[in-house]
Amino acid sequence: MELTLWTYEGPPHVGAMRIASSMKDIHYVLHAPQGDTYADLLFTMIERRGQRPPVTYTTFQARDLGGDTAELVKKNIKEAVDRFKPKTLLVGESCTAELIQDQPGALAKGMGFDMPIVNLELPAYSKKENWGASETFYQLTRTLLKEKVSSSEKISPLRWKELGRRPKVNILGPSLLGFRCRDDVIEIQRILSEQGIDTNVVAPLGASPEDIERLIDAEVNVCLYQEIAEASCEWLRRNFGMEYTNTIPIGIKNTIEFINEIHNKLDLPLTNKKELEHKSKLPWYSKSVDSNYLTGKRVFIFGDGTHAIAAAKIAKEELGFEVVGLGTYSREMARQVRATAKDLNVEALITNNYLEVEDAMKKAAPELVLGTQMERHSAKRLGIPCSVISTPMHVQDVPARYSPQMGWEGANVIFDDWVHPLMMGLEEHLIDMFKHDFEFVDGHQSHLGHTATQTKNFINSDEKKEKNSKEGIIWTESGRAELTKVPFFVRGKVKTNTEKYAILRGIPEISDETLYDAKAYFS
Amino acid sequence: MSKVEFNKETGPREVFCGLTSIVWLHRRMPDAFFLVVGSRTCAHLIQSAAGVMIFAEPRFGTAILEEKDLAGLADAHEELDRVVNDLIARRPEIKTLFLVGSCPSEVIKLDLATVAEKLNKRFLGQVRFVNYSGSGIETTFTQGEDGALKALIPLMDSSNEEKLLLVGTLANNVEDRFKKIFKNLGISNIESFPPRQSTELPKIGKNTKVLLTQPYLSDTVRDLKHRGCEIISAPFPLGIEGSTKWFLAAAKAFKISELKVHEIISPLINRSKLALESHKEILKGKRLFLLPESQLEISLARFLHNECEMDLIEVGTPYLNKDLMKEEINLLPDNTKIVEGQHVEKQLDRVRESNPDLVVCGMGLANPLEAEGISTKWSIEMVFSPIHGIDQAADLAGLFSKPLRRNQILTSKTLVTH
Repeated sequence: MELTLWTYEGPPHVGAMRIASSMKDIHYVLHAPQGDTYADLLFTMIERRGQRPPVTYTTFQARDLGGDTAELVKKNIKEAVDRFKPKTLLVGESCTAELIQDQPGALAKGMGFDMPIVNLELPAYSKKENWGASETFYQLTRTLLKEKVSSSEKISPLRWKELGRRPKVNILGPSLLGFRCRDDVIEIQRILSEQGIDTNVVAPLGASPEDIERLIDAEVNVCLYQEIAEASCEWLRRNFGMEYTNTIPIGIKNTIEFINEIHNKLDLPLTNKKELEHKSKLPWYSKSVDSNYLTGKRVFIFGDGTHAIAAAKIAKEELGFEVVGLGTYSREMARQVRATAKDLNVEALITNNYLEVEDAMKKAAPELVLGTQMERHSAKRLGIPCSVISTPMHVQDVPARYSPQMGWEGANVIFDDWVHPLMMGLEEHLIDMFKHDFEFVDGHQSHLGHTATQTKNFINSDEKKEKNSKEGIIWTESGRAELTKVPFFVRGKVKTNTEKYAILRGIPEISDETLYDAKAYFS
Repeated sequence: MSKVEFNKETGPREVFCGLTSIVWLHRRMPDAFFLVVGSRTCAHLIQSAAGVMIFAEPRFGTAILEEKDLAGLADAHEELDRVVNDLIARRPEIKTLFLVGSCPSEVIKLDLATVAEKLNKRFLGQVRFVNYSGSGIETTFTQGEDGALKALIPLMDSSNEEKLLLVGTLANNVEDRFKKIFKNLGISNIESFPPRQSTELPKIGKNTKVLLTQPYLSDTVRDLKHRGCEIISAPFPLGIEGSTKWFLAAAKAFKISELKVHEIISPLINRSKLALESHKEILKGKRLFLLPESQLEISLARFLHNECEMDLIEVGTPYLNKDLMKEEINLLPDNTKIVEGQHVEKQLDRVRESNPDLVVCGMGLANPLEAEGISTKWSIEMVFSPIHGIDQAADLAGLFSKPLRRNQILTSKTLVTH
């Protein structure tokens, strides 16, 4: 048993719903009790969709359990097929139905329908949402292309040359409830098109079963979200020889690397690299004098595997931050996240427990948090600015404006979204110069608004506690007075550093002099 | 009794399960914690239903069943023990811990009553454990509150003191208002169930007169009756009419004259009628379709027809306790169509066919209906907003007039653009 207060991922059948709802002409019959219909609101409220997800729930009740729930399943399948006339039917069960073992997939297959039926077996007690989405997409691809496996020759990435047309690729992985997928797809298609590459199919987002059958008309697959598409990409590679890309085009360097990778695979001449860099404002904005203050800003990163890894690279290489924490809740991508963390000399945090993330965040004392909505709440409590970079989705993460994370425009969006929660360069510089002015004493409202006061309270309450800390360190009156002169936004750091210094030197009482000694020691 | 048309419907439903009521119960009793023993789906459900309302660490959580817990029930009990220990160590301020059963825990027959009993012995004097089921195979939406309250009844001491007991979760300000009015009427011994602190349970007995504030408490009412309480039969305090009759019923039980009631509440009624006018202007003659969700549908239909002059197309309700709803049904206009249960697809067909001006429905259906050009009001808002009482009648009407007003604003032709 695992105790959860907040959870980063839903159950695997919600992952399946993400695939079904992303596509056209598909219907999902889900053997599930009444309460499980809550999942509809993820799509209709969070994504603001104007359609219900294409899901029929059997909504069995306790009184049905004594009778024949299998008949109930069949009745619902028949009604759903008659009403919605899907071109492909997904059949599965949620956690409770899994326990009563009706095997709805097998029942559906015995009902004599013409359309392909995908029997989804998603173990609800060991797997989670992203796995469920990945497995569903994989089973769907496999079912719809199975018959073509034997007849098909291996697909060469150079086939477009023989056919005398522009190269074609599939973009695989974007789905509903994925972080900014809608806009990422537009951005990536635009970039590919500029490079002379056509998009054959985008899936699952917006694809129909016929589109899945057409996947093999392309030469290469773009694996845009590994969490969802890697299993399908790998199957297409094994069975049709289709190569797929590994680079996620988030950030300037990754976008260029992505373009390189796809050019190499398709044997296309590469556009001038310098020219590519100018496609986004991020490199210049990052170099401009105002961004000087970003140097070495301590940043803590937590999210899904894809976005966390990309964020770490951008933070370090493109914005000049220092990454002081990196982690993910995607266990499937733990290996890659660990590797990235190792390069950055930090310990990767792989966990489902948001409280552990909060603790790690507190310990790392970052100046900026890049996380999920959960970290946004934790960061708010700690008075640290935060930008959201990853699922789980919140209505805020489905903005009305065009707001991709990928490609050139994605890099622009990232610069703004990450940098604006921090104090801007000139502003921070001036505050530092004039920090002894009366305006900057306690209670001064910065752009952080009320969080500034919260920070103060947070530190004060800590002070009270730490008077009796096990190290027995005491802040003298002069020490405390000097500490209050430090601007609120760095006070926490100064306090921690001074105490660290005091412990190091075995100083039992911190006076104003100790504070200055510590400052000199750490500078 | 009016000639109301009763129908039953079965099929796929689109209704929250009883776990969802945790979302308001945990706010009502800040010293209680609700631990769902369930699956990842349960955890995801309450998180999604609670949305962004919770900024602090929530007072609810889920002990997620894993594969190894399904293998052997003995292990599941041990695991639950461990989780509860961790939880209490982390939240020492918790005084009552509700172990909430879910669909999977019901299906594998996890005996939460026995677990609670054992834990009660271990944490004697520190934390009380109670259990109930909020599972979707047994309960819908607001029925979860019924389960939670029923579970508390055995912990209530007996007393033969005469008192008025208001049963059902109310917003604090509404509850304060009610108590003040009852005091003005001359009823001074008033208590609430659930109380604001889980440990301050009212004492009950044969002189306890129960006045329901919510219509979804069938099991609680039955158990209160068993404890000797007298149940005052009344419509529910929604709108001026319902609230007036509700006060009158209470007054009668306490042998207070009708005249006195009218004297006290007449000014309130007059004020409220005035406030209601602007909403009535918008709602009058508009056609209303209520889908089943909160179990408040019948009372809302009565208010929106009788006081706001809306036309009722269909009144859905997840289940119907004709006894508890007797007074409400009597107030409905003739030929009201009540549909108990749901076949969501067929019901939506009827919605489209009848082309209503407003549909009351769950969150999963609201935006899709809006996209079809049908204005909606979410049911869940009724259980979070202070809507009870005479003073709130205009606010209650406002919940329904707002979507219509908004539609008027957004589709008005006053801004000519080219």
